[in-house]
Amino acid sequence: MSPAIRIAGVTKRFRSLQALAGVDLEVAQGEFFGLLGPNGAGKTTLISSLAGLARPDSGTLEVMGHDVVRDYRAARLALGVVPQELVFDPFFNVREMLRIQSGYFGIRNNDDWIDEILHHLDLTEKASSNMRMLSGGMKRRALVAQALVHRPPVIVLDEPTAGVDVELRHGLWQFIRKLNQDGHTIVLTTHYLEEAESLCGRIAMLKAGRIVALDTTANLLQRFASHTLQVRLAAPVVVPPELAARVQSRDGLQWVLGFDNFDEVGQLLAGLKSAGAEIVDMALGKPDLEQVFVGVMNQN
Amino acid sequence: MEGFKTLLYKECLRFWKVGFQTVLSPVLNAVLYLLIFGHVLEDHVQPFPGVNYTAFLVPGLVMMTVLQNAFANSSSSLIQSKITGNIVFVLLPPISYREFYSAYVLAAVLRGSLCGIGVLLAALPFAHLPFAEPLWIVAFTLIGGAFLASLGVIAGIWADKFDQLAAFQNFLIMPLTMLSGVFYSIHSLPAFWQGVSHFNPFFFMIDGFRYGFFGVSDVSPWASLGVITVCFVVLAAITLQMLARGYKLRA
Repeated sequence: MSPAIRIAGVTKRFRSLQALAGVDLEVAQGEFFGLLGPNGAGKTTLISSLAGLARPDSGTLEVMGHDVVRDYRAARLALGVVPQELVFDPFFNVREMLRIQSGYFGIRNNDDWIDEILHHLDLTEKASSNMRMLSGGMKRRALVAQALVHRPPVIVLDEPTAGVDVELRHGLWQFIRKLNQDGHTIVLTTHYLEEAESLCGRIAMLKAGRIVALDTTANLLQRFASHTLQVRLAAPVVVPPELAARVQSRDGLQWVLGFDNFDEVGQLLAGLKSAGAEIVDMALGKPDLEQVFVGVMNQN
Repeated sequence: MEGFKTLLYKECLRFWKVGFQTVLSPVLNAVLYLLIFGHVLEDHVQPFPGVNYTAFLVPGLVMMTVLQNAFANSSSSLIQSKITGNIVFVLLPPISYREFYSAYVLAAVLRGSLCGIGVLLAALPFAHLPFAEPLWIVAFTLIGGAFLASLGVIAGIWADKFDQLAAFQNFLIMPLTMLSGVFYSIHSLPAFWQGVSHFNPFFFMIDGFRYGFFGVSDVSPWASLGVITVCFVVLAAITLQMLARGYKLRA
């Protein structure tokens, strides 16, 4: 079985900027995959190259085994892309737009599937509304609907929840999860790391056009993140030498200390007490992707 | 093929939804030209023997409307899509660059023709038009419209902002159209300017189109058709090459 996405040795330069500096990546069919990185890391360039919106300087990209240049028709039929920008055609209403998009992919009489998508994305009542009349969140969902009209086996979502309120975001993820359970491969880029952590089984992190981390979410959390003890002190104290390596951050009286086993919490508290610290508030934190992200980016 | 048909349909629907601006306005403009120039010059100019000035003017205005609107359709659609970003909806699907080109050009020719027919119908009460060689009328409408539609595709892709497109329209398309013999026969010009007119492809479009109405023209319609066909083929090849390379569309 060919991978859903295969990217080999892809480079892309925009004048003096090396947007992609040799990216190799495979995403298996049925995965929920996260592509993370700071702004300018090359995520959108990589997605654009995959979708045929940009042409790499070297390397190859395949979608479901189809080369995106040589066999572009099959590759594009297999791919649905939700673009990052909130773009729309102001001449058409939602249903017209989805019918037109279906036609671009060679599908006539697609109303049954269009109705289903509209229902799942809570847009049924807006089907006859012009795109200009929709709120930002609705436009975003309409973009998702556009990417799904041809039932692509691989769906790429480039920052799909930017500007979408919490309730709608929840509904959107429910639908995307269902698509993934139905066998669709999902590739997600997002700045909401908690979303990536809860949704993605595997994650790649990009920095300056290179993949600097690629593993399952669980492994990344294990390798790069730890539990935290967050304390607020009554007055400033000097960091005791035995705790120096444990302090992840200090913001005035607010300290964050890292640990791997809960047995260590007692030692940390004892260390603080011996340094004369008076704790006025305390909380425990789980390892999270934000720690992983910061750790990986700082390492590289 | 379905992708091409849908893109063609979308392009037609796009201009039809703003028909006041894209069809009725150009027709009204041309009719105003006809009424004003016809009234002022009717008794003073007889461009061809037996053909009065108003009748002479009508085919010129019809063709000018066809050409300007064919250009406006493809160029404005593309630049709007580029600037608003919705061009991605056409670039993501499996539509080939040839289908892309054909759909934009054909939709532009359809809008140009629709506007031209509007001007013709509005002008019929004012002039006697014999329609001597109707096939030439159809041939020059299609080839002239396609030439300008291609030019519109190039301008729409090349321009990064509306200002650049306006410059293309006002400093290239408009002068070439106005100096092409819409309002006069080039035989009324001094010899030098008659010679210069032969370097303007718009002149051949207008002259050949007018031949279809009266059976007389400044140059042979076959020669005009030959010139325009060569120009169109060259322009189409350039446009297709731009699209194949993804010039300014696919980074």
